[in-house]
Amino acid sequence: MDKLIIKDFDLYYDDFHALKDINMNIAEKEITAFIGPSGCGKSSLLKSLNRMNDLVEGCKITGEVLLDGKNIFDKNVDVNKLRKRIGMVFQKPNPFPMSIYDNIAYGPRTHNIKNKSKLDEIVEKSLRGAAIWDEVKDDLKKNALRLSGGQQQRICIARALAVEPEILLMDEPTSALDPISTAKIEELIQQLKEDYTIIIVTHNMQQATRVSDKTAFFLTGEVIEFNDTDTLFSVPKNKKTEDYITGRFG
Amino acid sequence: MKKISLEGFMKTIFILCATTSILAIILIVYFIFSGGVPFIMEYGLKNFLFGTEWRPSNTPQLFGILPMILGSLYITFGAIIIGVPIGVLTATYLAKFSDRRLYKFLKPSVNLMAGIPSIVYGFFALQVIVPLIKNLVGGSGMNIITSSILLGIMILPTIIGLSESSIRSVPQSYYEGSVALGASHERSVMSVVLPAAKSGIISSIILGIGRAIGETMAVILVAGNQPRVPDSITKGARTLTTNIVMEMAYAAETHREALIATAVVLFVFILIINTIFLFIKRRTLN
Repeated sequence: MDKLIIKDFDLYYDDFHALKDINMNIAEKEITAFIGPSGCGKSSLLKSLNRMNDLVEGCKITGEVLLDGKNIFDKNVDVNKLRKRIGMVFQKPNPFPMSIYDNIAYGPRTHNIKNKSKLDEIVEKSLRGAAIWDEVKDDLKKNALRLSGGQQQRICIARALAVEPEILLMDEPTSALDPISTAKIEELIQQLKEDYTIIIVTHNMQQATRVSDKTAFFLTGEVIEFNDTDTLFSVPKNKKTEDYITGRFG
Repeated sequence: MKKISLEGFMKTIFILCATTSILAIILIVYFIFSGGVPFIMEYGLKNFLFGTEWRPSNTPQLFGILPMILGSLYITFGAIIIGVPIGVLTATYLAKFSDRRLYKFLKPSVNLMAGIPSIVYGFFALQVIVPLIKNLVGGSGMNIITSSILLGIMILPTIIGLSESSIRSVPQSYYEGSVALGASHERSVMSVVLPAAKSGIISSIILGIGRAIGETMAVILVAGNQPRVPDSITKGARTLTTNIVMEMAYAAETHREALIATAVVLFVFILIINTIFLFIKRRTLN
């Protein structure tokens, strides 16, 4: 089943044509990785999928992105509801400067869950889901900024899970982390696949091979190749893909 | 050789410039305290601070400044109640809601507010706020409410300027994190960005308090200036600052010393406020 269908999608920053005619089907409960050199447009595409690109001045798009068959750029789409359904984890961990509990409860509270025991339940479930419950359960009042980078990133994942999204977008979620934290997050991503459709942007090709089912290779605003991860890395069809994954450029 | 001596010469000049302001502070402290403290010792600190009667022309003379301390506190408190919500919300609007065209007009207006001489504010209040309050609550219209409104307006540029810059310095990633969870722009700003700017906003309020408590020429026009313990906000009051200005011109001997001692009390107030300000700032840095 295709959860997300990207159709004839173009994106411009003022006059700069950053993404050219993207067509891609993202399957439900699979992990799709976007790889490619810096500035190839992979992050821009990711940010468009929950319309975070709305925040960027001068950003224009044409084409469609269909979520369960409905175009997310339609005028009558409530962008806040869309972002509740499509959560995002950022490159740099960005927990709010408040307690761990309040960080996780922020999303549910935003969507009008005020009941204390219900919130407690969501907080525990989300922290367990992000594999950090055991590390913080005795210290939920602690300021989230006092955790380590890897823990902060898992708090951010838990925060995203707390609003029960259908899709998780991850923008280089481990690039600011050490190898041990990275391994933990990668393991977590594998577990999350059970319940969520995940799209991950990564600079790290090993990471893409380790975690993803499908991989899309981007170059200068175009998708050069999109295929099963195993196929793309073992028998790339395109010469440019081969050059990139064998480290000849990028 | 010549170059080195020029460098040394310039260095001395810089040090002199840098020490001038410190020297000024030391001199102010010395003269105010040496003029005021002997009087306080002689009259008794308790009698001076908690005396409810200020009667310099009585025999024996009475120099209780409790009415003025309370006057200053009430008026400043009123100014905070009026100025803080308006100031903080204006800063929020400027930093997070206003479009660029409006901002270009609003920001210089706020800056201009800071440059208007206080006597002009006072005159404005005398012409506009006093008649308004007079119609509303009766009496002369010169009272604590009027002074609080005036000072509430006067502290706006201080609060807006500092609050705005502290709101702007909150990392954009907090805002993005909130929006990505499906929170509206308003909720993201009010529940994530503003709390993150809390210490800067509190600092701005404290500086506003400092400005309000030290203001003199505007307040003197509209406060009524009666040296009695105010029992209602619709009554006139005298502040520490206006007490000094009103009587310094003709005061002599003990009376004069009592006024200088009033300045000592005011100075201590300002010291306390600045210490709190520094304390908060330091805590934020850590």
